[in-house]
Amino acid sequence: MTSDVKLTSFEKEMLDGRHGYPRQWAMEQQLKVAQFFGAEDFVRVTQAHIMCDTESLGEAGILHVEKLAGSREEHRNVVIPAITDPRGIEFNHYRRFGQSEEFATREQRVIDALQTMGVLMTDTCINYQTVAPPVFGEHLAFGDTGSVIYANSVFGARSNFEGGPAALSAALTGCVPRYGYHLEQYRQATHHYRIDVRPRTLSDWGALGAVIGQKVGSYWNTPWISGIDGSPTSDELKHFGAAMASYGSVPLFHIEGVTPEALNSDKLANQIKESPVNITRSDIEQMYAKVDRSVKVDVVVFAAPQVSLFEVQDIVKILNGRLVNGSTELLIATSPEIKTACDRFGLTAQLEQCGATVLSGVCFYQMYARELGQLNDWKTLVSNSAKLVNIIAGYGYEPKLATMQQCIDAAVDGVL
Amino acid sequence: MGEPIFKCAAGMGEPVTGVALSADDDFSARYDLDRIRGVFSRPAHKLYGQSYVGKILVLNTAKGGVATAWMLLDMVSRGLAPAALILNSANPIMVQGAAFASLPLMHEFEVDIPSQIATGDLVKVDPISRHLIKTVC
Repeated sequence: MTSDVKLTSFEKEMLDGRHGYPRQWAMEQQLKVAQFFGAEDFVRVTQAHIMCDTESLGEAGILHVEKLAGSREEHRNVVIPAITDPRGIEFNHYRRFGQSEEFATREQRVIDALQTMGVLMTDTCINYQTVAPPVFGEHLAFGDTGSVIYANSVFGARSNFEGGPAALSAALTGCVPRYGYHLEQYRQATHHYRIDVRPRTLSDWGALGAVIGQKVGSYWNTPWISGIDGSPTSDELKHFGAAMASYGSVPLFHIEGVTPEALNSDKLANQIKESPVNITRSDIEQMYAKVDRSVKVDVVVFAAPQVSLFEVQDIVKILNGRLVNGSTELLIATSPEIKTACDRFGLTAQLEQCGATVLSGVCFYQMYARELGQLNDWKTLVSNSAKLVNIIAGYGYEPKLATMQQCIDAAVDGVL
Repeated sequence: MGEPIFKCAAGMGEPVTGVALSADDDFSARYDLDRIRGVFSRPAHKLYGQSYVGKILVLNTAKGGVATAWMLLDMVSRGLAPAALILNSANPIMVQGAAFASLPLMHEFEVDIPSQIATGDLVKVDPISRHLIKTVC
């Protein structure tokens, strides 16, 4: 559906190019999206979160960002706080992984361009845990599906999925088209899922999110989940939401008695026309790898989303000083802020002494995962992240979902 | 009997004619494609192993992941992109990516579009009039 979109005088000026090429380009992009989705107008946003790993941008995307950054300062500077999703290169480790200087140079070009525009290189997908947690009703332009679903669901903030060019546009204009999850009518539950078992581990929560995401199956549907006994932790909801968004392109969920827009069950029940669907333990278990003790494991990955400080501490406890198998790599990806905290608390040193590698500011699947696998002969990948397992098969891996305990045992034994 | 015409709710980009590559499956450039070789690389995808380059890609809906918004321009710039995206339902990422890459995109048809268009069909895509025409040879 197309429509006429109401623009403020300042938005018209940006569109006309009176505030420079970057803002004109941004408004043109946003107007096309607004017209496609029938947005009536634009809404001001308080933060932009930009996905900008160079495997995704390619040379064409990098040249585009460099062109924007080459404009005059008053034209290129972002107008709201703008932060970034994980990078594509870990500058402390890329040589050990066999990645060429070309990859690093490409990554540095984007960093330089974005910093010139005033973007803060936070390099994290867990910005809602580590940078600035959103507030109920706050309109955002978040650019990682996991951060969007968490912000919308757990905090009651308002964001659509804003891909890299769209989030960068929002950073330049300070607004986004008002459609989708900025509007109340799209935030109502459309499907009801009854859970008869409480997930026990982070991978269980991811598996549950994956099951519901597959069943919901559309960006425009919103699940209401009942039967969860007690409040989940932040990390549990992180894995739950990230997997749901990955498997189903879902940007919002409601959990009865937990999330802020699900406190009135009667109201939610009245919104839903479909019959409730029951989710059982067996639905969760079918997401796990069918374990064959003879399977050699090439790489064990904790990432997607980047791990929290508490997850790192749990990994250290479970590893308990055991050495990682010589034929297996154990990788743990986190944000620069959490990595610094891990350094400060001695967690990084304990992990490195066991042969694990703590990666800062990256996420595994965004690190040129295809080339990484080919360069290091990594095929069988084990992770407790349902999201990573969903993504990585297309990059040539044979992924297997396992619990954190199973993942670490696999890293030590070299087999799953 | 005339050529079957399918009407959709929204479209963007310029008209294009081409050969369809169709499946009752979803789409993400990050999850599903080997963008270096121009083929579907996810083993579980119904179009696994097939080249999408220059094809009118007809699929159900978008999967999670925001990377497609950048990736479509990269694919177009290297001559390894589909000619158009035809979806039952697009999410914002597909629309943002199509806008950025100037790639034709249409969604929300009156029918389940992958079930009406088969791989190999010659189709005319017109996002401006919001019509998709299956050419009968």
